[in-house]
Amino acid sequence: MSDMKETPTIKEDFDLQKQLKNNAVPIMFVIICSIGCYYARLPWPFLINEIITRMARNSFLVISLIIPIIAGMGLNFGIVLGAMAAQFALIAVVLFELQGVAALLVTIILMLPMAIFFGWMTGALFNMTRGKEMITGIILSFFANGVYQLICLWVLGAIIPIKNPAVMLPSGVGLRNTINLKPLHYVLDRMFELQYGMIRIPVVTFLVILLLCVGMHFLLKTKLGQDFRAVGQSQHIAGVSGINVDKTRIIAIVLSTILAAMGQVIFLQNLGILTTYGSHVQVGTFAVAAILVGGASVSKATIPQALLGTLLFHTLFIVSPLAGKNLLGSPQVGEFFRVFIAYGVIGVALALHAWKGRGK
Amino acid sequence: MSQCILELRNIVKEYFGNRVLKGVSLRLNEGEIHALIGENGAGKSTLMNILFGMPVIHNTGGYEGEIFFQGNHVEIKTPHDAMESGIGMVHQEFMLLPGFTITENIKLNRETTRANVASQVFGPSMRSLDMPAMEADARAALDRLGLSLDETLKVAGLPVGYMQFVEIARELDKKTTKILVLDEPTAVLTESEADTLLTTMERLAKSGIAILFITHRLGEVMRVADNITVLRDGEWVASMPKSEASIEKLAELMVGRSLENVAHHRDLSGQGVDTFVEIRDLRVEMPGEEVRGIDLDIRKGEILGIGGLAGQGKIGIANGVMGHYASSGTVRKEGKEIPLNNTPVALAAGMAFVSEDRRGVGLLLDQSIELNIAVPAMQSQRQFLTGGSLGLTDNKSMRAHALDMIQKLDIRCTGPEQLTRRLSGGNQQKVCIAKALTLHPNLLFVSEPTRGIDIGAKKIVLDLLVKLNREWGVTVVVTSSELAELRSICDRIAIIYEGKVEGILAPDASDRDFGVLLAGGLKAAEKEAS
Repeated sequence: MSDMKETPTIKEDFDLQKQLKNNAVPIMFVIICSIGCYYARLPWPFLINEIITRMARNSFLVISLIIPIIAGMGLNFGIVLGAMAAQFALIAVVLFELQGVAALLVTIILMLPMAIFFGWMTGALFNMTRGKEMITGIILSFFANGVYQLICLWVLGAIIPIKNPAVMLPSGVGLRNTINLKPLHYVLDRMFELQYGMIRIPVVTFLVILLLCVGMHFLLKTKLGQDFRAVGQSQHIAGVSGINVDKTRIIAIVLSTILAAMGQVIFLQNLGILTTYGSHVQVGTFAVAAILVGGASVSKATIPQALLGTLLFHTLFIVSPLAGKNLLGSPQVGEFFRVFIAYGVIGVALALHAWKGRGK
Repeated sequence: MSQCILELRNIVKEYFGNRVLKGVSLRLNEGEIHALIGENGAGKSTLMNILFGMPVIHNTGGYEGEIFFQGNHVEIKTPHDAMESGIGMVHQEFMLLPGFTITENIKLNRETTRANVASQVFGPSMRSLDMPAMEADARAALDRLGLSLDETLKVAGLPVGYMQFVEIARELDKKTTKILVLDEPTAVLTESEADTLLTTMERLAKSGIAILFITHRLGEVMRVADNITVLRDGEWVASMPKSEASIEKLAELMVGRSLENVAHHRDLSGQGVDTFVEIRDLRVEMPGEEVRGIDLDIRKGEILGIGGLAGQGKIGIANGVMGHYASSGTVRKEGKEIPLNNTPVALAAGMAFVSEDRRGVGLLLDQSIELNIAVPAMQSQRQFLTGGSLGLTDNKSMRAHALDMIQKLDIRCTGPEQLTRRLSGGNQQKVCIAKALTLHPNLLFVSEPTRGIDIGAKKIVLDLLVKLNREWGVTVVVTSSELAELRSICDRIAIIYEGKVEGILAPDASDRDFGVLLAGGLKAAEKEAS
C-alpha cells in the first residue's frame, strides 16, 4: 500500500529548448517579418497605421476559429458560410438604402438567422462526416460558393425582381461585380477614433474585439466551455459521461459561424466596398493561416495565439510585396511569397498534426 | 442478511439473432463484493452494458428481462439513467480525458457551477465553473480512497494504476452511487497496485457500497469476494458464497471442462544437454523493467521459464537479447557471439520473439492475418517475395503459408484475410506465434503469452508452446508474471529479482521456495547468516 501513497512528480521545469520547439512557428514568423520590415523600408507611421487597420479588420474573423478547434473539430473552413451570411445581409441593407448605425444594426439582425441556419447545417454535416471536418469544410465552402453565385448571378433579378442600377448588372439579372458599401463605410471604425499624425486608431472596433475576447474567455470557463473541451478530447468519453456530443459540436459551429459573419461585417465596413464574387472566397484560408502562424494547431488554440497570428500574418502581407521589390527587383516575388506562405503554413500545420497523430 | 439492492431477472440479449445472454439472473446486496466471473465471450461485458444503459444495447434492439433497483422495477435506457439510479461504472478501458486535470475528470459533466448574468439570459449551460468547490469535492473522494494524489495534476502522464483510482474516485463523488461496477480492474495493474485496489474495494464495501467485480483472476476473487456468480456462454452457471468456492471449482465451472494439471516437465540436466545460449552480464535499459547483469544458460531443447514480480526486470531479458532496448553484455549462441542491439542479426541467428505488447509491437492490427504472419519473414529473410530485386509480395505463397499456419496452430478466424484487430486475444497471440515461427527459429522468446486472454485460450496457447518444443524442436524461453502457468509447462524456472537471477528452480519445487526467491529472500537470508 505504501508505494501508492507517493504522489508522482511530473516535471514542469522551464525548458528553453522545449519552449523554442513548441513556439517554432511564431518565432520563425517574427524573424521573417522583421527581415521583411527592414527591407520594405516603409515609413514607420505608415507601417503601424496599416497594421492597426488590418488588426481591426481581421482579428474578429481569426478569433471565430477558436471554438471549433477547442471542440475538436479542427480548423473551421466553413466560416466562409458565415461570411456569405454577412454579405447577403449587407446587400439587402444597400438595397433598403439604409445609412450609418441603423444600417449596421439591420445588417446584424438580418445576418444572425442566416448565420445560425448555415452554422446549424454545417454542424449537422460535420456530425455526419466525423473526423473529416476540415476537408468537409473546404469542400463545403466550394459548394456553398457555387450556390452563392447562383443566387447572386441569377436568382436575384430573374426570380426576385430588383430594380437598382447601382447594385444590378445592366441586364437587370444578377449583381454587379462590386457593390459600393458607402452607407456603411467606417461605420464602426470612425464612430470614435484617436488620431496621432498618420496613425488612426479605430477605438470602437477594438472595443468590440476586446468585448469578444472577454466574452470568449468567459465562455470557456462556463459549463458549455468545459463541454467543448471535453468533446474536443474524446467524443466517446464525453458521450458516456452524459454530454450531448452532437449538440455541443453543432453549437460550436453555430457560434463560430455567427462570429465569422460578424467578423466579415467588420471587415467590409472597413473596406467600404463589397467584391460580390470574391470577398468571402479567401476568408477561410487567410483566417486559418493567421491562427496557425500565431502558434495554434489543429487541436489547440488560444486568444493570444489568434491575435499574435493576425499581427504577424498581416504584417507579412503589408511588407512582402515591397520587400520583394527592394530585394529582388520584382513585387511579384513578394506577392508570390505571401501566397506561398499562406498555403504553406496550412500545409505544414496539417502535416505536423498528422505526424503527431500517427504516434497514438 | 443485508438488503438486496439490485436484482437482475432473466436477462436475455440478442445481437442480430445471436443470443449472447440466455436468461441471466443475479442478486446484489448492500455492502457486498459480488464477483462475476466467466471467460471472454461469456456475456459479462454485455450484461454490464445493459446495466449501464450503453447505447450499443439500445441500438441493437434492447434487452428482455427485468431489472429491480431497491425493489423497484427500472428501465435503464441511457448511461445517464444508470447514474441517476446510483450505478457507477469503472470501465475496462479508462474513460478519462488526458488533457483534463484529475478534478475536471472526476467532475466531468457534473461540474459545480455558479449562476451569472449570462446564465440568467441564455440558460444553465452558461453557468460558470466553480473550480475551488470542484477541487474540494475531488479531494474528498480521493481521501476516501486513501490516496494523497494532487487533484490539480493532469491525467496525461499519470501511471496506469492511478488512473484506475481516479475512475473510482469519480464514481464515489457521485453522491448517489450505491453500486460500483468494476470491469476487469486489475488487468492493467501491477501486483502491488492490484493489491492496493483490492484493499480499497474491501474498505468501500464496508462503508455500504455494493461492488460488482468482473474479473477472470480467480485468486483475487477468492481474496475479496463475498459471493460469486459464474457465467459461461451467456448462461448462468452457478452462484455461491465464497465459503463454498475454491479456485479449482470456479475454474472448472468457468471453463466447463476440468483443467488437467499439465505437468510436462522433464529433467534434462542429467542427459548431457549442451548449453545452447550463454548469457553473461546482460544489462538492458528498459524503463520499468531494467536488467542489471544477468548470467543465464539456456539448454538446447528445453522450455525455460523466466518469472518474477512486475518491475524486477524479467521482461527486459528477451527485449534486450532481441535488440528492442539498448543493452550490453555478451550473448553466445552455440558458441558464436551474437552482437547486441541488432534485431536483424538476432533474427538471422535463429532467434524469434513474441512480444508482451501484442497489440502494440506484435501485430499490425488493421492488416490481415496472412500479412501479419508474413511481414517479418519478408523483411529479414525475403520469404514470400517475387519479382527478383523488385521484391513484390508473392500472394500465393503467402496465402498458402497462412492457411497452413491457421490449420497447424488452430487459429479461429473467418479466413486469412480477416483483420487481426477482430480476433480474440488468444487467437491474436497465435498469429504472433505463427509470425515468429515463420522465421524458422530454433530459439523462441515468448513474453507474457497469456496476458489478457481468458482461461480456455490460455491453456491452448500454453499447449501450443509445449507442442512447438516437443514436436518442432524449438527451444522456448517463456517470460510470464503468472508463476502457475510457468510451472505447468517449463522444465526450469529462473526467478528474476532486482534485475538479476535470484535462483533457478524446478517447476515442482515447493511454493515456499518460489515465494522466497520472488521476494528476493535468498539475499536477505545470506545477509542474516553473515
